[in-house]
Amino acid sequence: MKMPEPDAGTLARRDAIVAALAAIVPGGVIDRPDAMRVYETDALTAYRQMPLVVVLPETTEQVAAVLRWCHAHKVKVVPRGAGTSLSGGALPLADGVLLGMAKFNRVLRIDAADRVAVVQPGVTNLGISQAVAHLGFYYAPDPSSQIACTIGGNVAENSGGVHCLKYGLTTNNVLGVELVLITGEVVRLGGRHLDAEGYDLLGVVVGSEGLLGVVTEVTVRILPKPASARAVLIGFATSEAAGDCVAAIIAAGIIPGGMEMMDRPAIHAAEDFVHAGYPRDVEALLIVELDGPPAEVDHLIGSVEAIARAKGAVMQRVSADEAERLTFWAGRKAAFPAVGRISPDYFCMDGTIPRRRLPEVLTAMREMETRHGLRVANVFHAGDGNLHPLILYDANRPGELERAEAFGADILRLCVAVGGVLTGEHGVGVEKRDLMGTMFSDVDLAHQQRLKCAFDPDGLLNPGKVFPTLHRCAELGRLHVSGGKLPFPDLPRF
Amino acid sequence: MILKPDDAARLAEMVAGALAEGAPLEIVGGGTKRGLGRPMQTRATLDLSGLAGVTLYEPDELVLSAHAGTRLADIEAAVAAQGQMLAFEPPDLGPLWGAAVGAQTIGGVLATNLAGPRRIKAGAARDHFLGAEAVGGRGEAFKAGGRVVKNVTGYDLCKLFAGSHGTLVALHGVTLKVMPMPEKTRTVLLLGLEPAAAVAALAAALGSAHEVSGAAHLPASLARRSAVDLVARAGAAVTAVRVEGPGPSVAVRCAALREQLGRGAEAAELHSMRSLALWREVRDVASLLPDVTAALWRVSVAPSDGPAVAAAVAARAPTEVLFDWGGGLLWLAVPGTGDAGAAIVRAAVDAVGGHATLVRADAAVRAVVPPFHPQPAALAALSRRVKDQFDPRRILNPGRMAADL
Repeated sequence: MKMPEPDAGTLARRDAIVAALAAIVPGGVIDRPDAMRVYETDALTAYRQMPLVVVLPETTEQVAAVLRWCHAHKVKVVPRGAGTSLSGGALPLADGVLLGMAKFNRVLRIDAADRVAVVQPGVTNLGISQAVAHLGFYYAPDPSSQIACTIGGNVAENSGGVHCLKYGLTTNNVLGVELVLITGEVVRLGGRHLDAEGYDLLGVVVGSEGLLGVVTEVTVRILPKPASARAVLIGFATSEAAGDCVAAIIAAGIIPGGMEMMDRPAIHAAEDFVHAGYPRDVEALLIVELDGPPAEVDHLIGSVEAIARAKGAVMQRVSADEAERLTFWAGRKAAFPAVGRISPDYFCMDGTIPRRRLPEVLTAMREMETRHGLRVANVFHAGDGNLHPLILYDANRPGELERAEAFGADILRLCVAVGGVLTGEHGVGVEKRDLMGTMFSDVDLAHQQRLKCAFDPDGLLNPGKVFPTLHRCAELGRLHVSGGKLPFPDLPRF
Repeated sequence: MILKPDDAARLAEMVAGALAEGAPLEIVGGGTKRGLGRPMQTRATLDLSGLAGVTLYEPDELVLSAHAGTRLADIEAAVAAQGQMLAFEPPDLGPLWGAAVGAQTIGGVLATNLAGPRRIKAGAARDHFLGAEAVGGRGEAFKAGGRVVKNVTGYDLCKLFAGSHGTLVALHGVTLKVMPMPEKTRTVLLLGLEPAAAVAALAAALGSAHEVSGAAHLPASLARRSAVDLVARAGAAVTAVRVEGPGPSVAVRCAALREQLGRGAEAAELHSMRSLALWREVRDVASLLPDVTAALWRVSVAPSDGPAVAAAVAARAPTEVLFDWGGGLLWLAVPGTGDAGAAIVRAAVDAVGGHATLVRADAAVRAVVPPFHPQPAALAALSRRVKDQFDPRRILNPGRMAADL
């Protein structure tokens, strides 16, 4: 993985840049190497880079002034929330200003009657749910990092979580943002009302990985907490049988609040770590959670149990109480750290596949294990086909990081080949950037980059992420008007 | 001139031809919503209705792909046969402009990002739009998104195209998320409430754990026009709360809602067919606001602001109003003369934040009054830059949304 070559002119101007930022954000600039060290990576720790300088603004006006200055002086900017990105979305640039949004940490407004909360982008995902809990509400998307990750980062990455099959991703739960453009202009997209007309720029800003602007305020939809929730553990002798069971549950018209699958290596790692009571003698384990009114949950649990029996489940256990339900989840939620205990390092992949292709994808992954000489454990958001293979490696052994990268790339190419996509919820970042061409043609990518040109024609916001090559906007803007030979001479002409 | 491609390659060639000539195209599918937006003058019509048919439907993967010119009715029939639906409940608004019932295409539904009463629970068309195949104003065919329900690879261009009214791309293939159809539907009715009390009751219902999927208020004059006997004979305003799901759950939740909301108001319940019929009326609007000479506004505001906005308009012009989305969506019928109420409606909306779309008015009015809510300068400029990128020569539905888009 290579980042764009740092601009020597920018590096040479560092002192002047630091001074200019300090004038805009007094006391909010970090330029000492030891103090900048904490910003050198995000949750994709395989990649590290010290930023040019870190600035921590506190107001929208300061963000606007920083961006206006960087735009005028052609200095790159990397926005950062809590730094929990698994795709390297917040990886700094040697010649870029790291714009940390941690100080935007206030809940501005809670409106139970309209079921919205207005928060600053540095509020944590879980912090929103906690702020509205006393009213009986919560914020639905729940990425595993929800204790730490911020809503601003969630907006940038369009984060998901275990509940998004039923409740949607970030994009389906954000109603509005205040966005600062690279020019320093401030625009409001959406608001407390639904479906703001005009182009749905909110819809493209969510998931834009910090390439289009910097979000300084977020309005989210909050939901009443479900009246009850119960979970079932279901074990299968084969992943095919587990996959069939998932398909049958959905075909029966049931959309569970959560539906997770783990393979044998993941089950064992999780069980060794948290003792959730998972069976060790199954090849695939499902956790199916139903939430809603108790009458509905009881009814649907019965349906799910019957489907699982018919699909050959070798074990089933329904949570008897809230404590047991949480225990069922504890193993799954701790799957990443559990794998961290059995391997010095791991790469978490994030492809989505049509679910019916799961057995062949798992089989192919076993073959890849042999080829790359590395092991993999799988956790899977089974309802929506979002696969999280965890590739185990040791960065201290020469060559293992590169083998793990190659293994990951093979898995993602396979996901695309079977009709899926490179990333279901973690974002492209730097991690999957060079694989974009397996999913999109040059023309497809050019149309995506033209959106970037409308927001940031100089490519100053988070360059080196998402797109393998950044074409100059002038080049992308050129029109190719066809003349001469036409493939369909029979068509009517003007 | 009418251009009617029968495959994507010909569509691309036609757009490229229009680009070469600088000849603007009006894009139509079923042609049902041509009265929406600013009137256009184009030399040619690009008719996408020949690009029709479902190309992929995998019920247990919850995805369906179709050519954009496929009639919505055909898609709804295909998914209903598997017990599924488009959860955003697309309305059939064509009859508001005199079009036939059931003539709209899936491309038109997505291009206008319409959603019905279930919007408050399930999202709008944009939330179910997973993948697009399109030809942009540069005459190039490209794709965006994917064919799986969960995907964050690259910019979510499908969102941008949803609601862009054909001004950025001509869609020819779309992939949608489909969802299971609820087993049962019932509606709790509260009778005789004023709008403010009705919207407060709807907020209580939507804030409860009973998973309400429809929340509308019909003032007495609208309720009287309903084809649902219990609503028409109520002799009063009717506030409606819909509950959907498995049978036992629906019964319990309806009882709980009646207990919670019914105190102080007369209550009733609609089951199955009657419930479906009422929500179809709310979704499609025309039968509840039947005066075809009236101008029709569609206003989106925060739900608690709905009653005040409706009252502010009614204080200055003869007004009929239908409240949906818990009070956040207002359909206002006002006299179609003069500016069709634009100054009054937009002032009321601007006072609280939101937008007002002039859905129906004479072409002469729509040529002068912007049908879409005017935007602040920085946002309008950004939208113009987006248009510049996708359709630099202004050949796709130019001027439909705004003079410079």
